[in-house]
Amino acid sequence: MANVSIKFLIKLVVSTFFFLIAVAANAQNTINGKKIYETRCLVCHQSDGGGVPNMNPPLDGASNVNGKDIARLVKIIRNGYDERIALDGMYYNNAMTANPDLKEDAIADVLTYIRTSWSNKAGVVTTNQVKAALVKNKAAKK
Amino acid sequence: MKKQIQLLSLAVFAFCMNVLAQENAGLKLPEGFKASLYANNIGGARHIAITKAGIVFAKLNNPNKEGNSIVRLEDTNNDGLADKVNGWAKYGGTGIFVKGNSLYASSNEAIFKYELNSKDEVVNPLTPQTIVSGLIDRRQHNSKSITFDKGNNIYVNIGAYSNACQEKDRMPGSQGMMPCPILDSAGGVWKFDGTKENQTYKDGKRYATGLRNVIGLDWNTETNQLYVTQHGRDQLNSFYPNLYTDAQNAELPAETFYAMNEGDNAGWPYVYYDPIQKKKIVSPEYGGDSKKEGSSEFKDPAVAFPAHMAPMAVLFYTGNQFPAKYKNGAFISFHGSWNRAPLPQEGFFVAFVPFKNGKATGEWEIFANGFAGTENGAKVTNTGKAKARPCGLAQGPDGSIYVSDDTKGAIFKISYNK
Repeated sequence: MANVSIKFLIKLVVSTFFFLIAVAANAQNTINGKKIYETRCLVCHQSDGGGVPNMNPPLDGASNVNGKDIARLVKIIRNGYDERIALDGMYYNNAMTANPDLKEDAIADVLTYIRTSWSNKAGVVTTNQVKAALVKNKAAKK
Repeated sequence: MKKQIQLLSLAVFAFCMNVLAQENAGLKLPEGFKASLYANNIGGARHIAITKAGIVFAKLNNPNKEGNSIVRLEDTNNDGLADKVNGWAKYGGTGIFVKGNSLYASSNEAIFKYELNSKDEVVNPLTPQTIVSGLIDRRQHNSKSITFDKGNNIYVNIGAYSNACQEKDRMPGSQGMMPCPILDSAGGVWKFDGTKENQTYKDGKRYATGLRNVIGLDWNTETNQLYVTQHGRDQLNSFYPNLYTDAQNAELPAETFYAMNEGDNAGWPYVYYDPIQKKKIVSPEYGGDSKKEGSSEFKDPAVAFPAHMAPMAVLFYTGNQFPAKYKNGAFISFHGSWNRAPLPQEGFFVAFVPFKNGKATGEWEIFANGFAGTENGAKVTNTGKAKARPCGLAQGPDGSIYVSDDTKGAIFKISYNK
């Protein structure tokens, strides 16, 4: 009996430890992500992620931002975007600036911030997911 | 049953309170002016035009839920609210103008002409004449606004498909192209014959140049001159953080109102107008350092407005209903900014520019405000949250003016009662 509860206690301590690390890592992600958002994204997409009608698409509540296609989001952040956007029944015309200097972890941070802010609950994007997306995008280019 | 009546009276009470709260359709106006919500939810309404009989035509940015992109509105019982509304056309766009028995409307690359019958109904909704086609539409600044002089010449804005004519648009560090190749076919106002079919660039004339994006334009019939409003360039601080702070970007450059004569050049992309130094300043993409003064060959504005407010329409007031000071002055609608972020946004109102002896005095004032619908008139922080954004302006036969909104498509009617 004592054995079981000690095992349980160890399990609890270990899992709490990893949980806290995960929380801390995630918090770090969004703080850095918020900073990147404010310097590079906010002017067009606005502080509430609501965008500007007809010009800059909203990020808050946007189906593709909250969707599964991380590779596409990574591609847009890295390369910019210069096509008319049809999103959730509306159209947006402005071109988006490329961010060729943003490193994998920075892209993960800003995507995590965007996908967990306002009403978005799509969750964390890891640096590994961004790396995989860049490999996938490169392959698709060939 | 009793409970239902209670609920019903509560609902009626709430409805009345709501209507009371919406006095003047929620607008703030000078003493003696009244506003009504002439129409609502017709679809994002860009420019509007009104016939001598008071029929309103609105050009929509995109087809509305009925699939129409031009809407005809009529107030048959004269209560200030449109009660007969219908539409046609599938192409989105901005420009609309009534000239005699003709209605002109623009897509983002062409101008069409419709005929009106004696009831101001369109005779040929499916078969308009194409007056001009093939105008540049590269999405950015693609609205084609139109107006006429006193004769049959039509003037159309062709916006520059660029922010500052950089080699790579909106790319930090990319230099401005010299000379800017965009200006041969965009970045100005072109003049065409409003009665001739099937024209394109070669049939028209570049009337005025160096204008990044003009959405508001109107002919001043008193001085026989074209007046335009330009949307100034964006993102000085994001591309040149060593030259401009966020706070400076929020105030630079001015939104400008020009009297343009044939051949005039307002200087885009080489210069912008700084409303604080009251000078034309060389653009940083062309070697400017935020202080270096631009060439005097470029036109000075008649009025400089705060930055980024996005002037959408100009209307010279020729009616007799409003007090005398408004006669032959200009109303200008401001869509409201987005490029001032992270600072609060500005605009979302209709301004009035007084004229004396055919010239703008340089002063301006807010005429109608409250379109954004914020609590207690608070500033808009995020542009997408504004309830309505003023766009088109037109004068009715009784001297009232109408203001359209291009978010959901409201039309406000503003009148003066002594």
